[in-house]
Amino acid sequence: MSLAWPALLAVLLFSVGIYGVLARRNAVLVLMSVELMLNAVNLNLVTFDVWLRDTLHTGQVLTLFVITIAAAEVGLGLAIVLLVYRNRSNIDVDRLRDLGEETGAEASQWRP
Amino acid sequence: MTIVELLFLLLGAVVLGSALLVVTTRHLIHAALWLVVSLGALAGCYLLLSAELVAWVQVLIYVGAVVVLLLFGLMLTRAPIGPSDDLDSGNRLLAAGVAVATAGVLGVLVVRAVKDASIDLEASGARAGTAAEIGAALFRSWVLPFEVLSVLLLAALVGAIVLSRREDEALQPDQVGP
Repeated sequence: MSLAWPALLAVLLFSVGIYGVLARRNAVLVLMSVELMLNAVNLNLVTFDVWLRDTLHTGQVLTLFVITIAAAEVGLGLAIVLLVYRNRSNIDVDRLRDLGEETGAEASQWRP
Repeated sequence: MTIVELLFLLLGAVVLGSALLVVTTRHLIHAALWLVVSLGALAGCYLLLSAELVAWVQVLIYVGAVVVLLLFGLMLTRAPIGPSDDLDSGNRLLAAGVAVATAGVLGVLVVRAVKDASIDLEASGARAGTAAEIGAALFRSWVLPFEVLSVLLLAALVGAIVLSRREDEALQPDQVGP
């Protein structure tokens, strides 16, 4: 099998993830897009591990590590999202502007 | 074109199509369900690349655990069942531009770099990615990073518990004070 197909699939999947992270507004959907990007990286790791016939299986072992870290990341991310929802009843990332500079009408409606 | 290559292309089309639906659909719950299709098809790609253990771990952890966690998150934030119009922010076109530019640059680079290389799946052996092989590599060569990873998981667990504990429980010792 040509090495170009898996590599190209990983590139396209990563780009779809980038679009999702930048264009989506719901924080849980942004987390899903981050998962897509992580999966693109995993596909690259597995592909090059199989191509190089690594005796230590560095790529596949690192893929297992990345999958575990992604699970931990989703757990923590959802805890943060739930905390945001509890405080202000929506999870739109473009309305979380408390750390940004005040820009007139855009200034946050919510004060602690 | 071999049969493996053809299957990989079909599965790749499924992965990409459902990934596009994840980032464009108007139904919040459907996005999570399309994510299941995308990650499951990617597990099929791993199987074709002879990485068996990684494929099953992908099914167990991503399709099983991560998507269920995401669905829980959607439910706890009161996601509407029907279509919702405000899922995309105002910079969709800019985001599409950035994504297309990334795909163009990385795609041309990668294809030019590896277009002559090919994966010899027969020569790499039927045992290349079995649980026995990966398990031996994991617990012989990579056992120290594995242990560090368990500490990281513990820290993430404690962090999630601390974050999702309610404020009033945390403040109770102060309320009984003077």
